Amino acid sequence: MELISPTDFVKERVLAVQDYWQLAWRSIQNLFGHPRYFGDTLQQADLIGVGSLPIVVLTGFFTGAVLALQTSNTLQRFGSTSLTGQLVSLSMVRELGPVLTGLMVAGRNSSGMASELGSMKVTEQIDAMRALGTDPTKKLVTPRVIASVVMLFFLTIISDLVGLVGGWMLSTLLLHIDSNQYWSYAWQSLRFPDVVMGLIKPVFFGFVIASIGCYYGLTAKGGTQGVGRATTQAVVAASVLILASDLVLTRFLMILFPGY
Amino acid sequence: MPRNSLPDEIALPQSPETRHKAIIFDDLSISFENSNKVLDGISFELLRGETKIIMGAAGTGKSTILKLVPGLIKPDSGRIFTLGHEVTSMKEEDLFELRRQIGMVFQESALFDSLTVRENVAYRLMEEHDLPAEEIERRVVEALRFVELEHTLDMSPSELSGGMRRRVAIARAIVSQPEILLYDSPTGGLDPVTSTTIIELILKQRDQYHTSSLMVTHRLPDAFLMATNYYDVETKSMRPIADTAKRDVNTSFMILREGKIIFNGDAHALTTAAANDPYIREYIS
Repeated sequence: MELISPTDFVKERVLAVQDYWQLAWRSIQNLFGHPRYFGDTLQQADLIGVGSLPIVVLTGFFTGAVLALQTSNTLQRFGSTSLTGQLVSLSMVRELGPVLTGLMVAGRNSSGMASELGSMKVTEQIDAMRALGTDPTKKLVTPRVIASVVMLFFLTIISDLVGLVGGWMLSTLLLHIDSNQYWSYAWQSLRFPDVVMGLIKPVFFGFVIASIGCYYGLTAKGGTQGVGRATTQAVVAASVLILASDLVLTRFLMILFPGY
Repeated sequence: MPRNSLPDEIALPQSPETRHKAIIFDDLSISFENSNKVLDGISFELLRGETKIIMGAAGTGKSTILKLVPGLIKPDSGRIFTLGHEVTSMKEEDLFELRRQIGMVFQESALFDSLTVRENVAYRLMEEHDLPAEEIERRVVEALRFVELEHTLDMSPSELSGGMRRRVAIARAIVSQPEILLYDSPTGGLDPVTSTTIIELILKQRDQYHTSSLMVTHRLPDAFLMATNYYDVETKSMRPIADTAKRDVNTSFMILREGKIIFNGDAHALTTAAANDPYIREYIS
């Protein structure tokens, strides 16, 4: 393996960050320009949204169930198992719903985008597209960004709901908590800022998933091996960025909604 | 088929003295990461209606020249004028308009593998958004008839042979009747019979539509076929130019060596140069 000087390494990384931001910014600018690719956006929405539904439902269900199991175990020591619904609800809506849905969709779609666009890059299809007078950021990136943002928003809502159902099933069947008690605590504990916090995050996560996937795809080089590398890097980068941006967003939203 | 032109409302820089030439390279240099200069101060012109065949050993920058013409890559220094527009100073967004007047055939065809042959050929026309579906279909069929592949309309690129893919790529490049055609090793990796078929199509385009073209090749037989044959509309085939005929096929040659142009001229000048330059003599022998 070829050794690279620390200066070159840093330069490469800084350049990569600059290229990423330029691509991300152009994908936003394209929203206000022509042409707009509605067909491609709908197709991506179907691939990302409907395609990710099974894993999002399963993840949400089992997370809700395990949350109920874990929290009830702790609450039992204080004789407050009735609060299980409240804890499951707050944890799912504020944090675990958006983050786990984001991570799942990142694993599935960032990799898919990176490999699809990477294959197009190494077989000169991206250059062919540019040579044919089409802006790849308009045709390929922006539709994926829009679809990811919109679909992740709705997938998160579904995940939250399924998570609550998972928690409810476990609470009633295994822990013998009253159904009405579970749902009334789950419902009453949620405040407007909790819901806002849980629904702003997927908008950012959706943007991260698509822009990172497209960036690694469009910068892939080195044949099929390069496409494989881009795919792996896209998933890793998207997952880390989701977790990092979650921290920043949570802090920011806590400042915006003091007391929550 | 009407030729495209840049809409008036798009104010692109255009120089009056360069408008009558299809392509001008002015003292152009480019190098890639961890390599010496791929092109080192090269200058040449392609006149309107002219076909220039670019030859040279592997890695001498032939394909790089083609990618520079529509601004797919940017040079380190020098200027390029394509159809009178200085592409080296244009923004990427403006280049998309200019590129619609250029057809490019890539080395490995670069067909969109998720689209059918029909959709590949129709791609540029569909991107224009203002053409009715019947008109697009008519022009797609016409372009595919030109390359004798009408029957492949609903096939996907993976179902085609290498030669057929190359012919579909030619159909995709000519469907909008571009002002300039760029062929990147159109016969590379093909058997001699298929190669001749491809060259015949390029000749047909040259002699019927007089499109300005740059063709990269490292196959000398292709270059000689281009220089010594013409497309006969009556017999619909390629025919050798008789010694007595004063037919000008408007084809010239350019040879690159280590990033520099060592020859640029017509077939007659090439024969003379070969007599004086041992490298050219060895290259074309």
